[in-house]
Amino acid sequence: MPDRSTLLRVESLRKVYESTTGDVEAIGDVSFTMNAGELVCIVGPSGCGKTTLLKCLAGLLRPTGGLVEMDGSPVTGPSPAMAVVFQEYGRSLYPWLTVRGNVELPLRHKKLSRAEREKLVTDALEAVGLAHAMRSHPWQLSGGMQQRVAIARAIAYQPELMIMDEPFAAVDAQTRADLEDLVRELHATRGMSIVFVTHDIDESVYLGQRVLVLSKSPTWVQEDLAIDLPPERDQITTRALPRFTALRTHVYDQIQRAKRGQGVAPPLAR
Amino acid sequence: MTAHTGSVASTARGRGIGFRVGASFLHALGLPFLLLVIWGVATSTSTNRFFPGPLTIFEAFVDTWVGPAFVEDVLPSLYRLGFGILASIVVGVAVGTLIGLVRWLRELLEPLLEFFRAIPPPVLIPVVMLLLGITDTMKVVVIVSGAIWPILLNTIDGVRATDSVMTETADSFQVTWWERLRFLVLPAASPRIMAGVRQGLSVALILMVISEMFASSSGLGYRIAYFQRNYLIAEMWSGILLLGLVGVFLAVAFGVVERRVLRWYHGIREVSRA
Repeated sequence: MPDRSTLLRVESLRKVYESTTGDVEAIGDVSFTMNAGELVCIVGPSGCGKTTLLKCLAGLLRPTGGLVEMDGSPVTGPSPAMAVVFQEYGRSLYPWLTVRGNVELPLRHKKLSRAEREKLVTDALEAVGLAHAMRSHPWQLSGGMQQRVAIARAIAYQPELMIMDEPFAAVDAQTRADLEDLVRELHATRGMSIVFVTHDIDESVYLGQRVLVLSKSPTWVQEDLAIDLPPERDQITTRALPRFTALRTHVYDQIQRAKRGQGVAPPLAR
Repeated sequence: MTAHTGSVASTARGRGIGFRVGASFLHALGLPFLLLVIWGVATSTSTNRFFPGPLTIFEAFVDTWVGPAFVEDVLPSLYRLGFGILASIVVGVAVGTLIGLVRWLRELLEPLLEFFRAIPPPVLIPVVMLLLGITDTMKVVVIVSGAIWPILLNTIDGVRATDSVMTETADSFQVTWWERLRFLVLPAASPRIMAGVRQGLSVALILMVISEMFASSSGLGYRIAYFQRNYLIAEMWSGILLLGLVGVFLAVAFGVVERRVLRWYHGIREVSRA
């Protein structure tokens, strides 16, 4: 039974793409729940329908079957309670708007006073360390900074849940580490609930409180793994912990199994 | 720029600005001036009365166009041209956006639009004349009938090509219909729209002249045809010169607007080239 702090509940989610050459079952049967304030990472082999799953969660795609519930009410379309950070920051930010304009855009239809809106924008840009770049255009910034703008836009929207779709797949390794720490920090200081989809096993273990390992398509949740690393994490020490190595090896094995289709089906009752 | 440091840079720049402005001025006007000189020399030895010298044309220019003719002929032309262009842009962008956004409408109309675009607009002049008489409205309609196509078709393409991730972003943040039009669809299509407007401008100028030559008692086109029929050759050439100047003015004005509207677009291209 969902208790009070259950934020997101996904039950028997199924998505079939219909086409003239035959139907493709992308998501078979995905179920999980997530509590408010949690940081959940979703990993899976490539082509396992991560993006499809995420779009169903965000209400951008209509599932073929099953249920997505946010705060106890079903998600039937995009919801003001969720904000998505896309992988392709270059195509998700509008180049004709300034950084400020981009962050402000989703707030325009919210009933806020001008002062409140400005405060949200400034606050969000400060949170990602870009208060100085407000007047720049996105294309004047580096890739990592652009993704920070996209994150700021999601923060300013004040969602209950932030959904991130492989957000750091297109930035270099050093920038990526900084951005990972930014996500950890937002989670810790603002208590944000975050679903983080990634194909990077290390990233999922480093970031998550829980890691959901997906099977290959048609997808189901092959494992729901609690990450029992200390909440204070750091790129050097955390990644050097024996426990970190053990967890990443475990997830790696699971993904290899998923690729071969040897994942063990989840027990019916949990 | 070669020097970036200290006093060397400042003196170089101090001399540089005057020099550069002068050089670019010379660069822009040097060739036209040279051609004028060649023309002058050629006509001074020629007796062909259809090719008067530049000085004669310049005198005719001042005599003909500075004075009442400006109000009687130039202003009406400019006003028809302005209205025609404005109407083409407004209707072209509005209808183009609608067709670009509504898929079934697009599929329904596309063959028809291709057909209409293929009709050379001047042949519409006799038809429009029958329907609207010899009026200013008729000339504006003729201008629009030609200038609207590049704008309309480019807008349709631009609107249709709105990036899917940008659209999904607007979806996920529940951006309203109006904001979506204002902040996503139109800016995303603006490079294509501007390209269409650029083509539309030259078509509009051509049709303004032709519509006035056909059926009019005022306007640049009418006046040029009138001069030609009455063997006022220098005056005729001066009218052609004036038309050229109008064309140049249109291009410059368009350039100023385009640079403002598409600043982001040119910015991206500069960044990606660097």
